[in-house]
Amino acid sequence: MKLFKFLIILLFIFNAANSDENKNELMNKISKNIRCLICQGQSVYDSNSDFALSMKLLINKKIDEGYNEKEIYDFLEKKYGKWIVYDPGFNKKTFILWLLPILLFLTGGVIIFKKLIVKK
Amino acid sequence: MKNKFVLPLWIIFFGFCFIVLFNSLKNSNIYIPEENFETELTNFNSEDFFSGKRISSKDVFVGSDYYILNIWASWCAPCREEHPKLMELSKNSSIKIIGLNYKDNLKNAKKFINNFGNPYSSILLDHDGIISIELGAYGIPETFIINKKNKIIKKFRGVLNTKRIKEINLILK
Repeated sequence: MKLFKFLIILLFIFNAANSDENKNELMNKISKNIRCLICQGQSVYDSNSDFALSMKLLINKKIDEGYNEKEIYDFLEKKYGKWIVYDPGFNKKTFILWLLPILLFLTGGVIIFKKLIVKK
Repeated sequence: MKNKFVLPLWIIFFGFCFIVLFNSLKNSNIYIPEENFETELTNFNSEDFFSGKRISSKDVFVGSDYYILNIWASWCAPCREEHPKLMELSKNSSIKIIGLNYKDNLKNAKKFINNFGNPYSSILLDHDGIISIELGAYGIPETFIINKKNKIIKKFRGVLNTKRIKEINLILK
């Protein structure tokens, strides 16, 4: 019986530690993807400004309230606009940003391919 | 023939780069996107500045057509600068000015209000800055105009100057 109790306590501690670790991971992931709006080229994760410190606390609070990653981004985008998120979604304003590198890559590929064929 | 164009093209290219880089030196490095969207005022719970009692924003933002929410702190020098403007605005009885005291020492904040006057109909406390971030603030001072539908219709980042006060008066008309 004692062993059983000990195992349950151990399981509980392990579970709590694991949940904290998951929360920290999520917290870091989100704060790395949120722009510190008053800093120069820094994410909230990297910055120690007042804005970033409060933002970290807010993200923490939202995770505790049960928000998932996407819901937190949506909430912040509503308040600050899409600029706050580093990873821009695919929409009519950002499609050039997403498609241009692929287009350039394909054009380069075609040029190289054509040159190789000509050489042969 | 080919060489004839190479030098002018290089000159144009470097000239273009120089102009772009030179002009960007004058610009601020911090980009703040234009915000033309109205945002819903997030409900929040806070503490009353004077009584220390828990208070909900729902109980504060009632009974007026327009509200001015001003985020301030006693340690913020620009807040001192704009305070007389807020005192002036507070004479207009059709609006309610609500203060949000940001990451401040309560004793210093009370001293600030005693020395410079109290333009606010209520003051709420934001100990850790979370409420300000939830409202979409960047820093202090910052002032939001909120309509009776509890939508933030205008945000002023930085000090309220004469031009901004005129803008506020135009909105309130």
